[in-house]
Amino acid sequence: MKLIQAIIKPFKLDEVKEALIELGIQGMTVTEVKGFGRQKGHKETYRGTEYQIEFVPKIKIEIALADSRVNEALEAITRAAKTGSIGDGKIFVTELQSIIRIRTGETGEGAV
Amino acid sequence: MFIDKFNKIGVCFLCVCILSVFSMSSVFAQEDSTINAGDTAWVLTSSALVLAMIVPGLALFYGGMVRSKNVLSTMMHSFISICIVSVVWVLWGYSLAFGPDVGGIVGGLDLVGLSGVGPEPAEGSTIPHMAFMVFQLMFAAITVALISGAIAERMKFSAFVLFATLWVTLIYAPLAHWVWGGGWLAGLGELDFAGGTVVHISSGVAALTCALVLGKRRGHGTDNMSPHNLPFTVIGAGLLWVGWFGFNAGSALAADGIAASAFVATQVAAAAGALAWLSVEWGYRGNPTILGAASGAVAGLVAITPAAGFVGPVSAILIGLGGGVVCYLGVFLKNKMGYDDALDVLGIHGIGGTWGALATGLFASVGGGTGLFFGNPGQVGIQAVGVGATWIFAGVGTYVILKIVDGVVGLRVSKEEEVIGLDLTQHSERAYG
Repeated sequence: MKLIQAIIKPFKLDEVKEALIELGIQGMTVTEVKGFGRQKGHKETYRGTEYQIEFVPKIKIEIALADSRVNEALEAITRAAKTGSIGDGKIFVTELQSIIRIRTGETGEGAV
Repeated sequence: MFIDKFNKIGVCFLCVCILSVFSMSSVFAQEDSTINAGDTAWVLTSSALVLAMIVPGLALFYGGMVRSKNVLSTMMHSFISICIVSVVWVLWGYSLAFGPDVGGIVGGLDLVGLSGVGPEPAEGSTIPHMAFMVFQLMFAAITVALISGAIAERMKFSAFVLFATLWVTLIYAPLAHWVWGGGWLAGLGELDFAGGTVVHISSGVAALTCALVLGKRRGHGTDNMSPHNLPFTVIGAGLLWVGWFGFNAGSALAADGIAASAFVATQVAAAAGALAWLSVEWGYRGNPTILGAASGAVAGLVAITPAAGFVGPVSAILIGLGGGVVCYLGVFLKNKMGYDDALDVLGIHGIGGTWGALATGLFASVGGGTGLFFGNPGQVGIQAVGVGATWIFAGVGTYVILKIVDGVVGLRVSKEEEVIGLDLTQHSERAYG
């Protein structure tokens, strides 16, 4: 099992969600986050005073998946979240040791 | 039978009505024959409009521009200014401004506690003396509230309370006397229709002095101090614009043609100010901002204030355009000079008021004023004397008051309190969540 964490542009959330639902993915967790990468934030100007906004608002999507489904999910997220301009985000994939569905106590891939 | 009875009752009722109308009018005639109902209604309405400029207008305008940890303390500055000045004005402020002239400098103490200020009109006026007094009260209150933009996010609340009390007494009241109370600037022939020098230059220069004496906010230039709620600021600017009709057109002290003329001048100058600021910003920075539109409108309003009743509509547009441009430069200058006038009180009110006062000397053509462009070159010189005197008096006076306040309660909050924010440390409240 794998845990996918995708950091994307906030306005791309709907498209990414639709693409993942099309694949039959059943659940996800979404968090509003802030951060920076090579984009290094942006500048805002108020009455002539420039402020460096270092942390740019992003959306983090977390999905747990069986190993067999990871590649298609990564492809779907990449396709849906891409604008081609700087700040499109990143996807992190990590090993997932275990999953427990709280209601039933199911574990492993059956709990995904 | 029934109709008969009804008619009798009707006739009796009519007689009573007519009689009571006669007796009422005779009562009014005896009390004071010179009060004009329309003038009185307009000045009282205008007084309430100027109050709305302070709270909620200025409170929102300033409150939106600070960080979220200081929004309540910033709004409190406007609120407390009204409360302090209202009491001070009745007890001694009005007398110092409008009491019998003492050497052209200040009013005497004859009107302390509003002694002799009643419902009857002052000499040569068509409104109750009380109405004039309360209109002037609102002007004093907003001037003090305006200064608070310079000390935002770092002054102790106790220090501001003491500062406001001393400032309205020692700076505002004499200045109002110089220009409107029969003092030396009035004698010189300075034109200041609604307070370009008395309200805007004085608050702007006081603000600069405050910013220099208090020093910068911690993290100025490195931390993000961008406005926390621009919609507040835009609503506040809108309320200031609405209230300004009371401020400027109300300053005619009558519901007459001068009031209408000042009303129109106010409207077009605000619009022109916003357009000018936006244009400069768009050309220089690449984006027209709503903060720029709001700032430009206020700059136009400030600029037209001394001229409102003295200029025609085309002159008003030119004054408003000039206001938008010079105030943009004023704010630009602040960023170059490095002092921390947090909400640009000098940049907008000081610089805009100075431009407006001088422009009055150029463009005056109606309502008893004549400027350079209409054949009276001397007026600009008189205006410049008024501007210079106000700058010096407000600057030096504010410095002395700040030193006194610093000695009594201390001016600034501690470093820790400033980092936590004034809402929690000065008022034990938070605005959000």
